[in-house]
Parts: sequence; C-alpha cells; structure tokens
Amino acid sequence: MKTRRTLKGHGNKVLCMDWCKDKRRIVSSSQDGKVIVWDSFTTNKEHAVTMPCTWVMACAYAPSGCAIACGGLDNKCSVYPLTFDKNESMAAKKKSVAMHTNYLSACSFTNSDMQILTASGDGTCALWDVESGQLLQSFHGHGADVLCLDLAPSETGNTFVSGGCDKKSMVWDMRSGQCVQAFETHESDVNSVRYYPSGDAFASGSDDATCRLYDLRADREVAIYSKESIIFGASSVDFSLSGRLLFAGYNDYTINVWDVLKGARVSILFGHENRVSTLRVSPDGTAFCSGSWDHTLRVWA
Amino acid sequence: MSATNNVAQARKLVEQLRIEAGVQRVKVSKASSELMSYCEQHARNDPLLVGVPASENPFKDKKPCVIL
Repeated sequence: MKTRRTLKGHGNKVLCMDWCKDKRRIVSSSQDGKVIVWDSFTTNKEHAVTMPCTWVMACAYAPSGCAIACGGLDNKCSVYPLTFDKNESMAAKKKSVAMHTNYLSACSFTNSDMQILTASGDGTCALWDVESGQLLQSFHGHGADVLCLDLAPSETGNTFVSGGCDKKSMVWDMRSGQCVQAFETHESDVNSVRYYPSGDAFASGSDDATCRLYDLRADREVAIYSKESIIFGASSVDFSLSGRLLFAGYNDYTINVWDVLKGARVSILFGHENRVSTLRVSPDGTAFCSGSWDHTLRVWA
Repeated sequence: MSATNNVAQARKLVEQLRIEAGVQRVKVSKASSELMSYCEQHARNDPLLVGVPASENPFKDKKPCVIL
C-alpha cells in the first residue's frame, strides 16, 4: 500500500475530508477557510469555496453528490449546492442550516440530502432539516465538546455514535434523542468514531494513543489497538470494506493499519510531513484518503 | 438552589443509567464470533485486504487517463 495520488492546493492545514458516493470525488476543508472538491483520479480541483471563517473543521458530501456541507469556527453548518455553471457563484447559493453556540466539529448528511446531523463544541449534537433550517432533534448528554460522529450503516437503523472531550463515546437513538449506550474507557479525548461495516460495533481513536473497538450488542469494549511505541494521539479512524482492517491516522504523522480481529498492527504508512487530521476509506473500499496539517491529501491504495 | 439543581441532575443521571442498564446484552463470545464471521464473509470483496489487479483499480494506473 502506498500513496497513489497527492492532492495539493490547500494553503493551510487540512482538517476534514469526505468521499462522494461516486467513489471518485473528494471534498476537503482547511484552516485557511477554503473548501475544495477534487477529482481524485485526475487530482483536478472541480470546485472551491471560501468560507467566511477560518478553521473549517467539518465537511461532508451529500449522498446525491450534488451538494456539500461545511462549518467550523462560524458555529454554523452551511450547505452549498454544487454547480458546474461558470456564471453561478457557489457562495451565492449558500444555505445556513445549523446554528450552534460553539464551533462545529463534525457534520454528516443522513441517508438523504434533506437532513444533516451536526456535532459541536457546545457539547451537543443536533439533527436539522436542510430545506427549512429547522432543528428536528437535539442530543444532550456529553459533558464537554463533542468532536466526532458517525451514522450507523443504513441497514441497521436510526442510530449514530458520537465521541467527545469527556472521554465518552455515546450511541443515540435519532428519533427520540435518547442516549441508548455510553462507553467510557478511553483515557483522553475521543477524536474519531466509526461504525464497523455490519453496524454491530464501532471503533474510536483517542488522544490517549489507542484505538478501541466496542461491541454494541455485548455493550462493552472488546479490543484495544495500541503499542508502547505509539505515544501520539489517533486523530481519525476508518474500517476497510470487510471490517478486517482498521486504518488510523496519528499526530506523529503516520498511519497505522491494524488487524481488527488479531489486535496487531499490520503495517505503518509514512508520507505525511505533519499530523494526519482526517482519514476516510472510499465507498467501494478500493482506496483511502488521508488529510494532514502538511496542507495535502493523499490517496493510498 | 444549587442543592435542588444537584438533586435534579443526579435524578436524571440515575434515570439515564437505569435505561442503559436495561439494555439487552449478548455474551462477548457470541458477539465477537459474529464479528469474525462478518469479516470472513466479506473478505473476498475487500480490495484493500486482498488487493485488486492494477487493471481494475483506478488508482493504480501508472499512465494518467487522457480523455480526448
């Protein structure tokens, strides 16, 4: 496995990225306020928007591929429809959807373009209707900033998991707003959570330099992925398509690949010249993309 | 005032804990064997695990695609 594409163009730290369902396009956001849509096959930039704030910490691609959502220090989540018409400015069509009382740390569309789930430094998560901007449900329970969230794979129903600075990962019922399960075994902030492909488990990466696997049906932690030599926090995790491999990006500039079932590290990938801040496997599992504070994104396969 | 707030907060916490304690649990041995079988079932389709030939992986092309 090695770097197959390097996407250069951001002027500052890359903070977040997401794949389009077409397995080819990528949206990424950066500290410099820019959000760029790339074609990962050719490395061309297809769209670029400048946000009115710096530190755009969250971005997401709509399931239809026709819009992107992003936000950060502006405390909002805004949706931009993607247009190829050169006469239309993307910024003109911007729609502000979510409003929090602190920074936006993560956002994700649900199964449709019509609803967005957000997580914020104000300690809450919220579900919004894109068209009207209305708050549909809010999720209270974290004792500190919520840093990440992930929606359950569609077959398994209406839940999502969130992780925060209170060291907890919490699983929520989207309809009732109720927290159904909570896990507190990490020793520091939970930076990233990701569901196992079957939806029965999820992994989390934390500043305590470990990644952990929690089984939802057994309601407990079932594996820890750590090594004495790894002392820097894990910022971002994702599973391969079958769930056998866990890719984790760390603050020591490396990406570690873990065997989920054996608990052992399979491989360590070098290439980034600064912290790896975000990592996602492509929808068809052929590659994964990592974004870093070194201003670049890399596609690995 | 703060005493009643604390009591109210503690009540909420106890309620939440009761809900969480009431969740149906499965034994880890069963749950983990199901995770393992999921992995095995889908391993063949996982490109990053088994590797796909360069001709099928769009990222492994050495020559850039040129659309004329």
